[in-house]
Order: sequence, then C-alpha cells, then structure tokens
Amino acid sequence: MTLNDLWFVAIAVLWTGYFVLEGFDFGVGILLPVLGRTGVERRVMINTIGPVWDGNEVWLITAGGATFAAFPEWYASLFSGFYLPLFVILVALIVRGVAFEYRAKRDSARWRAGWDRAIVFGSAVPALLWGVAFANIVRGVPLDARHEYAGSVLDLLNPYAILGGLVTFTLFTAHGAMFLALKTTGEIRRRAAGVALRVGAAAAVLAVVFLVWTQFLGGTAATAVLAALAALAFVAALGAVWRGREGWAFALSAVAVGVAAVTLFVVLYPDVLPSLPDPANSLTVVNASATPKTLGIMTWVAVIFLPLVVLYQSWTYWVFRRRIGVRDIPA
Amino acid sequence: MTNMDALDLARWQFGITTVYHFLFVPITIGMSLLVAILQTAWVRTGRPHYKRATKFWGKLLLINFAMGVVTGIVQEFQFGMNWSSYSRFVGDVFGAPLAIEALVAFFLESTFLGLWIFGWDRLPKAVHLACIWVVAFGTTVSAYFILAANSFMQWPVGFTSASGRAELEDFGAVITNKILLVTFPHTVFGAWLSGGVILFAVSAWHLARKRDVEVFRPSFKLGLWTSLIAFVLIFFSGDTLGKVMTETQPMKMAAAEALYETAQPAPFSLFTIGTLDGSRPIFSIEIPGALSFLATGTFTGKVEGINDIQAQYQARFGPGDYRPYIPITYWGFRLMMGAGALAALLALALLWLSRRGRLPERPWIWRVAVWAVVLPVVAHSFGWIFTEMGRQPWIVFTQMKTAAGVSPSVSPGTVLVSLIGFTLLYGVLAVLELGLMIKYARKAPPPEDEQPEEGKLAFAY
Ligand code: HDD
Ligand code: HEM
Ligand code: HEM
Repeated sequence: MTLNDLWFVAIAVLWTGYFVLEGFDFGVGILLPVLGRTGVERRVMINTIGPVWDGNEVWLITAGGATFAAFPEWYASLFSGFYLPLFVILVALIVRGVAFEYRAKRDSARWRAGWDRAIVFGSAVPALLWGVAFANIVRGVPLDARHEYAGSVLDLLNPYAILGGLVTFTLFTAHGAMFLALKTTGEIRRRAAGVALRVGAAAAVLAVVFLVWTQFLGGTAATAVLAALAALAFVAALGAVWRGREGWAFALSAVAVGVAAVTLFVVLYPDVLPSLPDPANSLTVVNASATPKTLGIMTWVAVIFLPLVVLYQSWTYWVFRRRIGVRDIPA
Repeated sequence: MTNMDALDLARWQFGITTVYHFLFVPITIGMSLLVAILQTAWVRTGRPHYKRATKFWGKLLLINFAMGVVTGIVQEFQFGMNWSSYSRFVGDVFGAPLAIEALVAFFLESTFLGLWIFGWDRLPKAVHLACIWVVAFGTTVSAYFILAANSFMQWPVGFTSASGRAELEDFGAVITNKILLVTFPHTVFGAWLSGGVILFAVSAWHLARKRDVEVFRPSFKLGLWTSLIAFVLIFFSGDTLGKVMTETQPMKMAAAEALYETAQPAPFSLFTIGTLDGSRPIFSIEIPGALSFLATGTFTGKVEGINDIQAQYQARFGPGDYRPYIPITYWGFRLMMGAGALAALLALALLWLSRRGRLPERPWIWRVAVWAVVLPVVAHSFGWIFTEMGRQPWIVFTQMKTAAGVSPSVSPGTVLVSLIGFTLLYGVLAVLELGLMIKYARKAPPPEDEQPEEGKLAFAY
C-alpha cells in the first residue's frame, strides 16, 4: 500500500468514526420532541450524550484537518464546491453546540423551548446534509481543469443525493433510538425501542435501495459484499431491539453505519472527488495528495495519537456507562 | 459584481469570524488554568471555599468554552470554503499543524472537559483534578499548533515552491519557526491576562457588595497577581516579538508607527492627532528613541520607513502597493499595548489597596475594577488585527498575495449570504452569551455543604 492509499484509508476511518459516533447523538437530538414528552424526559435524553457529544464532533474536525493535510486539492475543491450546504451545516452545528450548554442555564420555559428547537434543527439538518454531500462525492460533481467546482448548488440536489440524505437521516435517527434504549430507564427506554423499530424499518428499505443504486454507479464484488454486510448487521440490530437485547442492538447498528460508510469509500477509491461528466478532471488519491514527506510525518502522528484517542474516549464511555432516567435528574 | 467584491467579502468574513473566535479562546486558555489551580488548592488543603470557587469559575468557563468550540469549527472549514487557491498552495505545509492540532489537542480538550463537567461524583478526586489539568494543557497545545500554521503565513520556512505550490521540506523548521517561538508565549501570556482580569473583575463585583468574601477575596488576589505577572511576561515577549518582526517584516514595524521616512533614532508616538494615516502629524506625544529600542534593542538604531521599504519591495517583487492599511496598524498597535498596560496598572493599584487584609471602600474603585474586563478583549482583538492586517497585501508573506488566495468558484453573492448569516447569528449568540455570563457572574457560589440530592446526578445539563 502506498502512503496515498494509507491516507485514503485514514480519512475513511475518521469519517466513519464521525458517522458512527455523532450519528447517534444526532439521532438523540432529532428524537428530542418525539421521545421526550416532558421537560425532565428531554433532559434525560440530552444527558445521555452530554459528556460525549463534543468529543464525537472532534472526529469531524480531525477529518477536515486531515483532509487538508493529506489531500489539499480534495479539501480545497470539496469545501469551496459545497459552500452553501457546508454553511448550513456550520450554522446547525453552532446552534446545536451552544444549545446543549445553555439550555438549562435559565429557568424559563420559553428559553428552554427555543434551545430544544435549536437542538432538533441542529441535529436534523446535518444528519440529512452529510448524506447529500457524501452521495455527491461518490456520484461525482462537475469539476473544471483546475479542479474547481463548476456546477451550481442545484446540481447537488439530484435524486441520488437526496436519497442519500434520507438514508443518513433515518439511519442516524434509528441509531440514536437504539442508543437511547441502551442508556435510559423507564418510559423513554420503552418508547425508544418502538421508534427504533419503526424508523429502522424505513431506514433499512431506503438504505438497501441506495446501496443497490451505488452498486450500479461503480460497485465491484467487494462493495457488494460490504453493502450486504451492512444491511445484514442492520437487520440483525432490528432483531436485537425486538428481543430487548439493547446492547447488541446498538453495537450492531454501529457496525451497520460503519460498514455502510466504508462501502462508500471503497466505491469512491481511487478517486477522491470524481468529475462528472468529464472524468479527466477527477481528483484521485494521486493527483490530490500532499507530498510523501507530509504524509510520512502525518502517519507518525496518527499512529501514535489515534489509538490514544480511541483509548481515552472508550474510557469516557465506560465512566458514564450507567443508564439514566427521570429519577436521576436533579432539580 | 466583480471579482474584487468576492475578495473583500471573503476578507470581511474571515476577519469577523476569526476575531469572534478569539474573543472566547483566550478566556478558555486562561481560565482553565486558573480553575485547575483553584481545584488543586482545594484538593491539597481541603478548604471548602476553594471548592466553591472552583465550581463558580468552572461555570463561567463552560459558558465561554461552548462558544469557543462552535466558532472554531467555522475557522477550520473556512480555509477550504473561501480560500481554496490558498489551500491548494499551502496545504502541504499548512494542513499538517491543523490536523495535528485536532488530533492531539482538540480530542484531549473536549473529551476531558466532558469528564470534568459530569465526573464530579463518578471519578476519584485526584483523577477528576487531573481532568481539568489535561484540559488546560490541551488548550495550550492547541494554541501552539494553530500558531505554527499562522507563523508560516507570517514567515514561511521549511518549504520549497519550485513546483508552484509550497511543499514541505523541513517540518522541524515549521514547528520551530522563529516567529512561532515568540508568538506562542506572547499569545498564551495574553490569555493568562484575560483569565486573571476576569477573576479580579468579577470578584470585585461581589466584594463591593461584601458577598461571599471568603470565596472572592482569594480569587481576587489570584486574579490580580496573575494579571500583573502575565503583563510583565507579555511585555518582554512583546519586546522580543517586535525585534523578530522588524527582522522579518520591516514594513509591519514601520506601519505600526506610521513611520514614512527612515529614521535614526526613531521616536515612538504615544498619541497623534493629524491625518488619519499618521502621514502628517499636527500634534503628537513622542518618546525619543523608543521605536528604535523596540525594533533594534538600542535607542539609536535605524528604523526603515514605509517609503523606503515600498521602493525595495517594488524592486524585489515587481510593481504594486506593498503598504498595509496604515490607520489600522498604527492604532491597533497602540490599543493593544495601551489596554494591556492599563489592565496591569489597575492590577497593581488594586493589589496595593487590598494589601494585608484591606479592601478598598470607594464604590468607584470597584466599578473601575469591574469594567477592566473589557481591556484584555480590546488588547487581543487589536493585537491580532494589527498582526494580520500588517501582513497585507500578502496572505503568505513574500509567497502569495491575499487577492490570489480566494476561491475562484465561489460567487460574491454566495459569500454575501454566509457573511450576513454568520454575522447575524454571531450577533444574537453574543447577546445570549453575555447575558448568561453576567447572570452567572452575579450568582452566589454554591454553598459549602452542597451535596447532590440522594441518588441523583451531581451535574446535569
Ligand atoms: C492581552 C493581550 C496583549 C497585550 C497586553 C499585548 N499584546 Fe502584543 N499581541 C497580542 C496580545 C497582546 C496578540 C493578540 O496575542 C498578538 C497578535 C499576534 C500575536 O502573536 O500576538 C500580539 C501581537 C504583537 C506584535 C506583532 C507580532 C507580529 O505581527 O509578528 C508585537 C510586536 C507585539 N504584540 C508587541 C507587544 C508589546 C511590545 C506589548 C507591550 C506591552 C504588547 N504586545 C502587549
Ligand atoms: C485568533 C486570532 C486571529 C485573528 C483575530 C485574526 C484576524 C484576522 C483578520 C482581521 C484578518 C483580515 C486581514 C485583512 O483582510 O486585511 C485575517 C486574515 C487572515 N488570517 Fe487571521 N487572525 C487570527 C489568527 C489566524 C490564524 C491562527 C490563522 C491561520 C491558521 C489565520 C489565517 C488567516 C488567513 C488565511 C487570512 C487571509 C484572509 C485575509 O487576508 O482576509 N489567522 N486574520
Ligand atoms: C491564535 C489563534 C487560535 C488559538 C490560540 C486557538 C485555540 C483554540 C482553543 C483553545 C479552542 C478550544 C475551545 C475554546 O477555546 O473554547 C479552540 C477551538 C477551536 N479552534 Fe481555535 N484557536 C485559534 C484560532 C483558530 C483558527 C484560525 C482556527 C482554524 C483552523 C481554529 C480552529 C478551532 C477549532 C476547529 C476549534 C473547535 C475545537 C473543539 O471542538 O474543541 N482556531 N481554538
């Protein structure tokens, strides 16, 4: 494997980590008005992700930074080309992050209701738009000879991309519901399992259509196997929810989200941003990459620090492993 | 609209979002350290008022931290969104520190802050204390790497550009850039000043009302000493920075004084009334030889003027205007130093007034102490505005002009949408955050015997 390939893998790992982790905290945010019928119930939900959501979001920041370092051309074309969707995602992530921290800081129903809306908006919009963005990356976008984006915003809203958005939206919602079923007690836990099944069924159907479509866009035998694996894991997760095995359910849905993300990256490879309709302008792991020198240094840093990050983040999940419920919330 | 508009809009957006991010960052860096110190004092002495202080300041830290985090994400995305040509050119060198910052520092900060906030009843005392120290360490490390990236723009080293883009040759040189080695301490000491001033200003509000004196008197003193020491360190690092800057970017030093003609020795004007850009003074208070000292280390050293440097640069880089916008550099430099010096003088006076158990009585003294809170904010903002605008017209000094760095595929209308969007959002959030800061700054610290209710979480959002 060349350094370029290695870094393609590293970027894939970072985005996959991001989707698996922030995927469930987006889901919790989306479900806030659905599963949290009272103020205290909504607080229970928020507190299941309270200690970890910021750490989850850093996977995105690291994915962005690593793309800049390892594939500057990819970073430049992608971020300037997807300008408006990224702007909307940024606004969403800003209000969401502030909302978690500020929501409980004033004793006023209006204040809290406002931040609740911010959490729902801030979770739903990125959950949808990341799917749209990634579907476009896999499908390809118009690029000119300098690799600058040559389309308009409307080109990003094609049927395949919109389906991609619906897949991530439903998948993350179900993933979040399974997380809540695992982390809460009482009513919320029961309702979360119900929602996980219903939304999960919709997600499964949409995801299968999307993965089959993806297969036609540039799939190989390997991607077909991966896609099947993702689908299987997700169906198994639903089965586990059905049987009340919440730990298994969440683990399997994490596997499903992860393998689905990996599938997209395998379809993408060796391109990083295919050009449509003129493939001559495509960005690939070779023409988008940094120099071997930079990649080499980055490899050392990643080899040392990424395992450390996984270690201390896992420890955090262990520290906060206990379920919480309405009775645990202080006044 | 023309291409010029897209450039101006992108510059405004970058300036606004970065200055905004940097309103919160120094407070995070400074306060996380001070909270860690207070918690250490509690763990070591067992005195309850240190624990109450830790919790009180911790709340303010968190309100501020949230804004630092969410505005930081915008920063990282902006290089690609608005400055794609720049990103293509520098990515090989500039991307690495950003990625390392995220991987090494941001993960630490965010994860251990979560552990600290929610971990009061879940972690052993010493482990919990260690968490806040890790946060303080992480914020400082993040400053190092982001400044490594910025220093490359100020003084590019460790690269070749034979291929048409900046390619890394010596990473060691990039992370030991001589600008970085002085900018980093100067910025971190500035952050300590921010933290120190917040501590003494908020404590002053409570002390003026004689509330919770056993909590706020130690905090007041800690804040005052931190501010004073930080300023001394800022002063010496700033002095070194001035010399390195004269060596690397003489135009910036000339612009800092609006020194049009080369002078030996060169005076430093504290204040000038004249044309806005300082080209023709009407009234001016000057310290003879002071600029020479700041720039060269001797009171008789020669300092090159703007006109001479402009001529040299035209000879070296071709025709063009190599002068930054002088009114901003001139006044930015003075506001930075002036606001900082004022904060330090105030800290000194308050230390004297509160020596050996005393506390000032006059209400106006307390009022001044409370309002001091704006001084480090002014100093920091103008310090950065000076540094970044003084580098213009370059985005990477001597290598790439700002005008060449902007994204060619992003239309002015698009940038305008995001510029208006971010500005409105930031405006609303500023009001909300300030409201909360004031509310929680005026609250009493938690009582001594505070215990989580039986069976409930010690902390919940
Ligand atoms: C509390 C904040 C604060 C205070 C009181 C000061 N500074 Fe400062 N200064 C900064 C905060 C700052 C900063 C915002 O952090 C900057 C912007 C870029 C940098 O590296 O630090 C800066 C930049 C900066 C630069 C420009 C570096 C460059 O562009 O290459 C110089 C020469 C000085 N400072 C010198 C001083 C001196 C001589 C001071 C005397 C008291 C001083 N500063 C006080
Ligand atoms: C947090 C402190 C900082 C502040 C307040 C700040 C402020 C500014 C301002 C006001 C400008 C506009 C200058 C002009 O257009 O005339 C600018 C430009 C710029 N700065 Fe900074 N800056 C900071 C740190 C950084 C760092 C750490 C980096 C890099 C990692 C950076 C990268 C840039 C770039 C790429 C530009 C070019 C865009 C432009 O010229 O408008 N800045 N900055
Ligand atoms: C002197 C300049 C800067 C320093 C010292 C600095 C430092 C910090 C610190 C300490 C934080 C932690 C959160 C907080 O402060 O509340 C933070 C957040 C952040 N900063 Fe900056 N920053 C600077 C400028 C920038 C710039 C120009 C960028 C763009 C690359 C950037 C990117 C980020 C990001 C992505 C975060 C969010 C991290 C998180 O989620 O914890 N910062 N920055």
